[in-house]
Amino acid sequence: MTNAVEMQNVTVRFPGVLANDQVNLTLKQGEIHALLGENGAGKSTLMNVLAGLYKQSSGTLKVHGQPVSFNSPKDAIAQGIGMIHQHFMLVPTQTVTENILLGLDDPGFALNLPRYDQKVLDLQAQFGLHVDPAAKIWQLSVGEQQRVEILKVLYRGADILIMDEPTAVLAPQEIDELMNTMRSMVALGKSIIFISHKLHEVTAVADKVTVLRKGVVTAEGISAKGLTPAKLAQLMVGREVVFSVKKKAQEPGDVVLSVNDIHAENNKGVPALRGLSLDVRSGEILGIAGVTGNGQSELAEVITGLRSCTGRVIINDEEIANRPPIRAIESGVGHIPEDRSKVGTAPNLSITRNTIMKSYRHEPIGNGWTINFVKARQEARQLKDKYAILAPSVKTPARNLSGGNLQKVILAREISTRPKLLVAMQPTRGLDVGAIEAVQTLLLEQREAGAAILLISEELEELLSLSDRIAVISHGKIMGVMPVEEADVNKIGLMMVGSETVNN
Amino acid sequence: MPFKLVLEKRVKDVPPWYPFATSIGSVVIAFIISGLILKLIGGQPLEVARYFFTAAFGSWAAFSDTLVKATPLILVGLACTVAFKMKLWNIGAEGQFYMGAFFASLVVLLPILPPDSPKIVVIGAMMVMGMIGGAIWGFIPGYLKARFSINEIISTLMLNYVAILWNNFWIFNTWSDAGFQMTPTFPKSAWLTRVTDYARPYKAFMQNTDSGLTRFLESIGLERISGMTLHLGVVFGLIAVVIVWWLLERSRWGYEVALIGDNPHAARYAGLNIARNIILVMMVSGALAGLAGMSEVTGVVHRLQERISPGYGFTGIIIAWLAKLNPFAVVPVAILFGGLILAGREIQPSGLAMMLQGFILFMIISSDVLLRYKIRFSK
Repeated sequence: MTNAVEMQNVTVRFPGVLANDQVNLTLKQGEIHALLGENGAGKSTLMNVLAGLYKQSSGTLKVHGQPVSFNSPKDAIAQGIGMIHQHFMLVPTQTVTENILLGLDDPGFALNLPRYDQKVLDLQAQFGLHVDPAAKIWQLSVGEQQRVEILKVLYRGADILIMDEPTAVLAPQEIDELMNTMRSMVALGKSIIFISHKLHEVTAVADKVTVLRKGVVTAEGISAKGLTPAKLAQLMVGREVVFSVKKKAQEPGDVVLSVNDIHAENNKGVPALRGLSLDVRSGEILGIAGVTGNGQSELAEVITGLRSCTGRVIINDEEIANRPPIRAIESGVGHIPEDRSKVGTAPNLSITRNTIMKSYRHEPIGNGWTINFVKARQEARQLKDKYAILAPSVKTPARNLSGGNLQKVILAREISTRPKLLVAMQPTRGLDVGAIEAVQTLLLEQREAGAAILLISEELEELLSLSDRIAVISHGKIMGVMPVEEADVNKIGLMMVGSETVNN
Repeated sequence: MPFKLVLEKRVKDVPPWYPFATSIGSVVIAFIISGLILKLIGGQPLEVARYFFTAAFGSWAAFSDTLVKATPLILVGLACTVAFKMKLWNIGAEGQFYMGAFFASLVVLLPILPPDSPKIVVIGAMMVMGMIGGAIWGFIPGYLKARFSINEIISTLMLNYVAILWNNFWIFNTWSDAGFQMTPTFPKSAWLTRVTDYARPYKAFMQNTDSGLTRFLESIGLERISGMTLHLGVVFGLIAVVIVWWLLERSRWGYEVALIGDNPHAARYAGLNIARNIILVMMVSGALAGLAGMSEVTGVVHRLQERISPGYGFTGIIIAWLAKLNPFAVVPVAILFGGLILAGREIQPSGLAMMLQGFILFMIISSDVLLRYKIRFSK
């Protein structure tokens, strides 16, 4: 087999940062090659070099054995290299076919869409990537949108595909479909580089693995067969990672949150919660398992007052449903939102101003009409130290923080208000191994301090290791609740697809 | 091309003085470009610049006139600053200015107060009415945006014309002074105190005393102050600067405004009432512009008439932007623009000052790219 891509001694320097240092990577024809590393290890930088977005400071690139030099993504596409970005680059109001054709010379001025719809359908049939070519992008699920991104790259004749964390946004069954697609693409002679954080996915789908740590290769093209997640994690972070954080046995207290028969619609006006009920007690973690898009986001928003509903939401004997969000905050609800940059923080405000978002109304930060910024800065500095937030100072704007540090700012803020109820939505998504452990430990500390915690996650392992009880959500209803001791993956899996109801 | 421009995203944030440096740089470049154009059409740019400077800052009398022009600009600049902090694009300071002038004038025109009321009462009532008028004109687009998501740029812009025509209606129809497009002159009790009002005691003081102070005043050319029309409005402006600074930078409300401006989703999540704040910010912004209108009718024209503003409300947009939404920086910028307006009236072609303003705005908006990116030349 020939080598599709050879990157030799590639070094990328940014002002003040050495993003890639003498990196070697060899992608064989017809191979799925996983690229692993913590946040900021230089994976995306390396792939952006291959996709023609950045230029390496030194080192050589060879595609199919020929040395190449890219000045723009166009050059990379001409060599058959296509990148599927983590954040989709699609026009929401246009159809699938229109998005695929965008920027191409053919068709010219006259757009004969039906003809191209057929071409797109042919391409879909070839790779098993099904999505209605006439559908508008905004009507599609995230998984379908990703298929459009893949089709876009395939339509341009790419035979080397770079996928930047393609599974980060997908639900479990969508991930399986994606993996099948990847396998069928490879069977048809394509080669794939696949960036991921999730170790089990890498072992499930990849042939070879390259690991980066702080811009340096720690494992080059080793076989994925027989690799254990523990071994991979060690290569990524340079130390053994304890995967199961220790949870102390403790008896839960009184009911803090009581949700009774709530109904709510999602942003498109479709019913998302249909008669959901649950209770969370103080000192316990109730884990919500389920396929993404079954009402989890809406549930978190209803409880925190961000979404209207019918039914009752009672927190510490106070009715919260359909009251402004301030009611929930004042009655002691902390909220780790799903989208940390769009909802959880204000990008251009400093860390200080982001940490007082919930506490500025009260002493010691707020004082009548004024805010005591001296005190606020002091507290922000303490939080920065306590939560090990990596930033030059508390004056640094939030937009300059990495995903993990941004999440720590949110956690620091929500936990420092000593919430009676903490709603944590995907708190570890997209974080690297070290940060995940830190976040999980913080959640357990809150449990020990007597907070009631509603943990919504798509990581079953996380739910199983942190929760006291697990509730499974499907189509906006709780399919069943079980103590974690009685939970097993098969049982939860069946309930997640809504086929079995187990009453507690 | 032998080389190309490369935009590099800044890794570190710019130092705090940097935005002000780009503002000053923008003004300098705008002057240079205007000078080049002047040269191109056969003018004498240096001569014009010298004239500009003399006309605006050349003497105490000129400087006093510049400050008179700067007074409404400080207030409308603050009005725009408050709204822009929350990313509410209030283009309606002009209309709010007119409504402020109108409502303030009602105090003497209706009249709300008897004609022989003491000055302090009349002026106080006019201030309150002026701010109410502007606030009403800010409330309308604010409410429409909060309740029906109506774009405030369009509604505030359109309401400018409504306000100007509303004013004209009353000036032409009801309160016309002998058929002219103006109301009769207000009684003296509705005039803001001016520097020239103190000309006589000042003269007496200068003639009858010989102290270090009088010698100093003489040495800097202030032997007489008669004719100086600088009025109390400038004090309103300066007090407003301090209040607005405190509100925006130190108060709880200012924090909420900054949070909503930066990320409305996060603000809602933090429990803020966004709709109420939209209305409130528009009303505060309108009240400041309304106060500018009040200051202009009571301090300068002493009657309600047509065209009391040569576009102050629009200039306020440029001022707020040039001052990088810093209330203190609004003052020097407003003085610069006050000088431009003053000198521009005496220069032919009269569009020169407008062209300069246009270039300054263009440069200032362009220079924002420097805050986010570094520019490098590469081969």
